[in-house]
Amino acid sequence: MLGTTRRNRGLAGALVLAAAVAGPACGGGYGSGEGPDGVVRASWGDPQHPLEPANTNEVQGGKVLDMIFRGLKRYNPETGRAEDAMAESITTTDQRNFTVTIKDGWTFSDGTPVTARSYVDAWNYGAHVDNAQVASYFFQFIDGYDEVHPSEEGDKPTADTLGGLRLVDDRTFTVRLSEPFSLWPDTLGYAAYAPLPRSFFEDHDAWLAKPVGNGPYRIDSYRKNQSMRLVRHEDYAGADRARNKGVELRVYTDSNTAYTDLQAGNLDLVDDVPAAQLANAQRDLGDRYLNQPAGIIQAVAFPLYHDDWRGEDGAKLRRGLSMAIDREAITNRIYHDTRTPASDYTSPVLGAEGGWQKGLCGEVCEYHPDRASELIEEAGGLPGGRVTLTSNVDTGSHRQWMDAVCNSINNALDDTDACTVEPVPTFADFRNRVGDRKMTGMFRSGWQMDYPLIQNFLQPIYYTDASSNDSGYRSDEFDEAVDRANASADEAGAVRAFQDAQGVLVRDLPAIPLWYQNGTAGHSERVSDVRLNPFSVPVFTDIRVS
Amino acid sequence: MARYLVRRLAQMVPVFLGATFLIFVMVYALGDPVTALFGDRGPDPATAAALRAEFHLDEPVWRQYVLYMGQIFSGDFGTAFNGEPVTDLMGRAFPISFRLMVIALVLEMILGIALGVVTGLRRGRSLDTSVLMLTLGVIAVPTFVLGTTAQYLFGVRLGWVSPAVSPDPTVRELLLPGLILSLVSLAYVTRLTRTSVAENARADYIRTAVAKGLPRRRVTVRHLLRNSLIPVVTYLGADIGTLMAGAIVTERIFNIQGVGFQLYQGVLRQNSATVVGFVVVLVLIFLLANLFVDILYAVLDPRIRYA
Repeated sequence: MLGTTRRNRGLAGALVLAAAVAGPACGGGYGSGEGPDGVVRASWGDPQHPLEPANTNEVQGGKVLDMIFRGLKRYNPETGRAEDAMAESITTTDQRNFTVTIKDGWTFSDGTPVTARSYVDAWNYGAHVDNAQVASYFFQFIDGYDEVHPSEEGDKPTADTLGGLRLVDDRTFTVRLSEPFSLWPDTLGYAAYAPLPRSFFEDHDAWLAKPVGNGPYRIDSYRKNQSMRLVRHEDYAGADRARNKGVELRVYTDSNTAYTDLQAGNLDLVDDVPAAQLANAQRDLGDRYLNQPAGIIQAVAFPLYHDDWRGEDGAKLRRGLSMAIDREAITNRIYHDTRTPASDYTSPVLGAEGGWQKGLCGEVCEYHPDRASELIEEAGGLPGGRVTLTSNVDTGSHRQWMDAVCNSINNALDDTDACTVEPVPTFADFRNRVGDRKMTGMFRSGWQMDYPLIQNFLQPIYYTDASSNDSGYRSDEFDEAVDRANASADEAGAVRAFQDAQGVLVRDLPAIPLWYQNGTAGHSERVSDVRLNPFSVPVFTDIRVS
Repeated sequence: MARYLVRRLAQMVPVFLGATFLIFVMVYALGDPVTALFGDRGPDPATAAALRAEFHLDEPVWRQYVLYMGQIFSGDFGTAFNGEPVTDLMGRAFPISFRLMVIALVLEMILGIALGVVTGLRRGRSLDTSVLMLTLGVIAVPTFVLGTTAQYLFGVRLGWVSPAVSPDPTVRELLLPGLILSLVSLAYVTRLTRTSVAENARADYIRTAVAKGLPRRRVTVRHLLRNSLIPVVTYLGADIGTLMAGAIVTERIFNIQGVGFQLYQGVLRQNSATVVGFVVVLVLIFLLANLFVDILYAVLDPRIRYA
């Protein structure tokens, strides 16, 4: 008797378990080989911040913003040049006061028209310190930024809106910059400058749950951390209408899994081929493997605020270390040619016309082990006989190249202890140490461009007290050349002056350029016309689905 | 029994507070997470300060902890850096990990105990030796290797399953990840059951049962197995928590957005609200599973009584 009740209880328990396991029975068909008709299935990563235009500074959120927004300018995916998108004209006579006229007939995907006010409101929102937008520094050029966004911690803003922005009529507004900046209109392709519909301000939470923009796609459904379905915005007024019916972005927690899913035919597009698969990608995918230059440069910076690296001897040491790194071998063996040895401080995506100067750095950025040890000896040897190389190691396979760079230096100097890697566990920790100026030796300095302008590769990193001047470099000559470039009336003149500034860098060598980074992608046979823009984001509107 | 339950539940309170505080301090000790939100670019101090105030990062650690615990008891687990309430993250992640855990647990119970009994009763025979070798192999090879190999073989080569599971995974999709997740525990359960069964098979009460002329099946299941299960149940109870929290590797391989994934991301981004929130729930699960196991002892062995 007792036995039976027990057994029954056991049976009931088993049923409960079975019910829990079964769960909701929906979601079928997700993994099937045949994708939805005309829709591109692409890999995605979870965006770090809420999807607001001025609050996105990483590529995963940027990928979506690029699809659902079009600003005044758009960067040509092939050449990287800024071209008018919503702007009809942006005129100036003094490189400081600009009049912006927008095109007629554009609408947000909720049907409301895009007006000059959509821009002014959006920029005021992005700039204001109370909204804590991580990309608000984009508005720093506009007059009145200091009043809405005081630079000192704890200071209260003294204005609600940017004084330099003035609405003229439905299609016109004027912008006054705090100082001349001739290339400023070319920065306007960045997502932070996107217009925002009224619904953004009226029901912010609802907008964040399902953002509404004016771009070639609109969001059909958004499940945070999991997936987003975008469909073509049928009333899109721009020239770059989507050539497919939509895009389904799926969050992958590991790029290796995405790559496996691509191989199994469950995914059409992977835009970051995992390091472990680079060696096989060419063989697995053939011409469906893309490897193109992107606007990213990796360098090694030095703590110029530290006595060891100052003065003439410091410069000699830096030059020596630079010549001890075998960039060719590292980019080839570790990165399978998805990096190119760097020979200046910018990026090939700018093109020669945009200011990229191939070979500018000359023999200093080449591998000359004998000359390297000579230079270091002349400078009195490494400080304390050794040097460290510091970076976070949680992402981006940094550990591998750091080991390779140190090995290369050790081989050149014929000393197994000359260079040691100092790994920092997390990116946050690394940025804190760099920001607090606690570096004593070499440290990683990566730069992903915000917009394809030579200005963006030089000014934020090397101008005195600039926001990302982590090495503490200061040079009056460099600053003067940058100021001259920004005040220049024509673009060619500005680029020439920035190149002068770059000449100063090559002489002073505050950081040693390592390599230009490429973007990689792989796609299925179901899609064609896949390519990456200079930000290494796929140009989704061009993709055709067979 | 009731008194025992109350005492055990009361004991949970300090364990719970201690565990959450330790986790809180550990995440806090990793340093300031705000700078990383700005990428490679140096943050501007005003925005960073506003973000710190938003997440209470400008307060001393003990105050942060008190504020946080206060929030938890009113049902608010804070906000992740992407602006989502942590409760939403948990609402999505826990059901998935729970399903995965149940599948793994059922697999290791059924397969592990069955294999353990069979090998325990046939000590030294060829079946025993080969199962033993197999379990050794499973324990020795890292889950990562087993998982990716199985994924490539069944997902890409044979095409039987999809290599990555969908956001709302069905049981069928979770079978392979569940099996991979359970393999190591399965091996341990097999070995534990085997040893225990082998030992008890020589016990007096088994000889008595056999002498009474009870059917072989009844002797094995009612007498031998029931008495041999105590160590196994202890192990399984502790394993419930481990399977849920420790599925990071398996979840990453099969793109399952469960607890392991959220914890991993929380640690990488140093988001204490996410990490502590998930760990709080995990600590509760561990404590309850242990309590459940202790009560189960009395059911298995009537000699054990609680007062």
